[in-house]
Amino acid sequence: MVDLTRKYDVLVIGGGNAALCAAISAARDGASVLVLEAAPKFYRGGNTRHTRNMRCAHDAATDILTGPYTEEEFWEDLLRVTGGKTDEELARHMIRESKDILHWIVRQGVRWQPSLGGTLSLGRTNSFFLGGGRAMLNALYLTAEQLGVDVLYDAEVTDLEIADGMFLSATFKHRDGHATIKASTLVAAAGGFEANIEWLKTYWGEVADNFLIRGTPFNRGSVLKLLLDKGVLEIGDPTQCHAVAIDARAPKFDGGIITRHDSVVFGVVVNRDAQRFYDEGEDIWPKRYAIWGRLVAAQPGQIAYIIFDASSRNSFMPTLFPPIESDSIAGLAQKLTLDPLALEKTILDFNAAVRPGTFDHTILDDCRTEGLTPPKSHWARKLEKPPYYAYPVRPGITFTYLGTRVNKQARMLMKDGKPSANMFAAGEIMSGNVLGQGYAAGIGMTIGSVFGRIAGREAARNARN
Amino acid sequence: MIQQLRAMHGSPILEEADRLMTVCNSCRYCEGLCAVFPAMEMRRAFSDGDLNFLANLCHACGACYTDCQFSPPHEFNVNVPKTLAALRAESWAACAWPRALSGLFVRNGVAISIIAALSVAAFIFGFAAFIDPQVLLGVHTGPGAFYTLMPHNAMAALFGAAFLYAIFALAMGLRAFWRGLGGPSGTLPDPPSLWQAIRDAGQLRYLDGGGGGCFNEDERPTDRRRIYHHLTFYGFLLCFASTCVATLYHYLLGREAPYAWWDLPVVLGTLGGIGLVIGTTGLFAEKSKRDAALIDANSTGMDAAFTLMLFLTGLTGLTLLVWRETSAMGPLLALHLGVVFALFITLPYGKFVHGLYRYAALVRYAREQRAMTK
Repeated sequence: MVDLTRKYDVLVIGGGNAALCAAISAARDGASVLVLEAAPKFYRGGNTRHTRNMRCAHDAATDILTGPYTEEEFWEDLLRVTGGKTDEELARHMIRESKDILHWIVRQGVRWQPSLGGTLSLGRTNSFFLGGGRAMLNALYLTAEQLGVDVLYDAEVTDLEIADGMFLSATFKHRDGHATIKASTLVAAAGGFEANIEWLKTYWGEVADNFLIRGTPFNRGSVLKLLLDKGVLEIGDPTQCHAVAIDARAPKFDGGIITRHDSVVFGVVVNRDAQRFYDEGEDIWPKRYAIWGRLVAAQPGQIAYIIFDASSRNSFMPTLFPPIESDSIAGLAQKLTLDPLALEKTILDFNAAVRPGTFDHTILDDCRTEGLTPPKSHWARKLEKPPYYAYPVRPGITFTYLGTRVNKQARMLMKDGKPSANMFAAGEIMSGNVLGQGYAAGIGMTIGSVFGRIAGREAARNARN
Repeated sequence: MIQQLRAMHGSPILEEADRLMTVCNSCRYCEGLCAVFPAMEMRRAFSDGDLNFLANLCHACGACYTDCQFSPPHEFNVNVPKTLAALRAESWAACAWPRALSGLFVRNGVAISIIAALSVAAFIFGFAAFIDPQVLLGVHTGPGAFYTLMPHNAMAALFGAAFLYAIFALAMGLRAFWRGLGGPSGTLPDPPSLWQAIRDAGQLRYLDGGGGGCFNEDERPTDRRRIYHHLTFYGFLLCFASTCVATLYHYLLGREAPYAWWDLPVVLGTLGGIGLVIGTTGLFAEKSKRDAALIDANSTGMDAAFTLMLFLTGLTGLTLLVWRETSAMGPLLALHLGVVFALFITLPYGKFVHGLYRYAALVRYAREQRAMTK
């Protein structure tokens, strides 16, 4: 059993990819390590349990990657998705380290597989976990256990004792009460606050009640808040979160990847008033994927409906929830509790504005509307073949951008700009350093593994001195 | 809501399998683990035949349960191994010939197997005692010693009949199963698919959790079940080969059992018997440790009956070999023959059919994959 009277070399708070990489790397460097995971064992791992791949630079094709992805290309992709909101030195350091992570993570028991069906666009850049994120976590936990790392579940940290930038102890929920543990160093890898609706409300107001959270209810950001309250320098826009359009019938928490919808291009999207509100044909995946959550969040009631017809029924991946179906637009409106006349007018106006073209959803094709506001600039086809279908969608919050400032050693910086004596951060809790906005598939896992490994190594070294 | 909108199936287990495949088809993280998920991805909706196909393609390695972010206690309650195990059992019962015997067996598999084995042993014992009580407890050695108990022709007729019955009933079952899958009729005789399926089945390719090993009692992968299954399966084949060689010796060369320890039928039978005893014991041990969440409780009786009969076949055969030159030979031979007889006649109604139907499913899978890559 775990001895809470001892002083560990390294205390890791969190239980996902970054936390486990830190714990493993510290243990491999000879440190004694305790991991405090706020969730119960089944829900361990934060957002990692819903991930499926990691983006790493590599100079040549591998067994599972179809071609090279150079450091420079990775950097350019990062620069583009963040619109320049990134720390170049830190980001380039991460990208360089990601090359070795591709092999290091395999030595920790994680298995790769080629990109999954329907994700061919990632086959060159992203390595997929065999069995997905939970399989990856299971492998990391087994390795950590073999290295003698102690793990406590249901152990949410409620207080941190920090003096002059130096971590002393952590208090956490333990059994029916609380316990306090001392450690020479701290690695904070406890994620963001996306599941903390009250916190989200401070920026979004009451509309946050209508957000669905894609991960577990345990991503509450309590450690992030404690650190920022106790003098750690913050980074990233606190008001921003990554949101995609997910099925409105999804559970409030932890619906994961399978509730997402990417059928926007095949029809039109209307709000509660049966009105279109954005160009559904603006851009290709993944850019459109990343903007629709925010667009829906700005609509009344934070709900919208993707409307399409029989010609597109089998054009995209099968969905968890079946589309709502009717033989007429008015009938569909009734099922969706929309105004039938308003929806009929919206569809009629749209159909009248569609110009002839050659449909190809894999490129920016020439099917577009004319004289319609907002326009649909690509993939516009008349909706006229019954039955008609609809998916109700709401904003699905994936992660938040606010975090702790770190340097290249993953060491936290204090508000006075000085590096902390013994506190490190890895993963989503510091992702804002490299990912100030936007997202690129698999980059969250890169940040987690790279900075987790660095934080563990540096913490172990720190504890020895 | 999901349930209401999906096509109705013939049973609650089919309904649940359809629900799960709809969840899995929108996720696909398990694509690299085995054949079930790639086969699933080739479909957007699932007929009864599709679901029975996927169920029999599943080797119960458990990896998709351990790896799944939506397995219980998650509200999506995704438990593919357990659901497909239940569906497999249901599909076997539906295909058994004659159908009436399958239900009986599912409920009382162990009892029926044991009663059958003992009844036949008692019959042989009694038969011999009736003819000549001295035969039973005497010591018999040399060629033809076994046949002092029961004339070879009687033995051959009895077991030949039981074997032919089993073959016929199994063939009827396989026919019903294949038709139920609704696949194109040209698939089964497709040689490359047949060969691919032999290779996949022979190495239990899909009982390795995608490469790491299969999952049994917890999230630690292990290869033990695959190893024990290999011992059992190849042990069974060696015993079968031993019987075939002995039959050829008898009719072609006029050489009568028992044979010397170094002779081919005895060597094959001994190795096979050892494989059966160790393999089935291992499988029992693994089953007893298995996470209850992965087990379909309704079919454990049927599973246990087949494993037990294989174990007893191996054990009684080895015991007979050791004591065949003593006065225990008579009772031991009667017991061994009784067990083998019971094994034969229960083959079409028990776990044995998993091999047949899984092979058929692997053939279908190989064919579909070939069609896709062409």
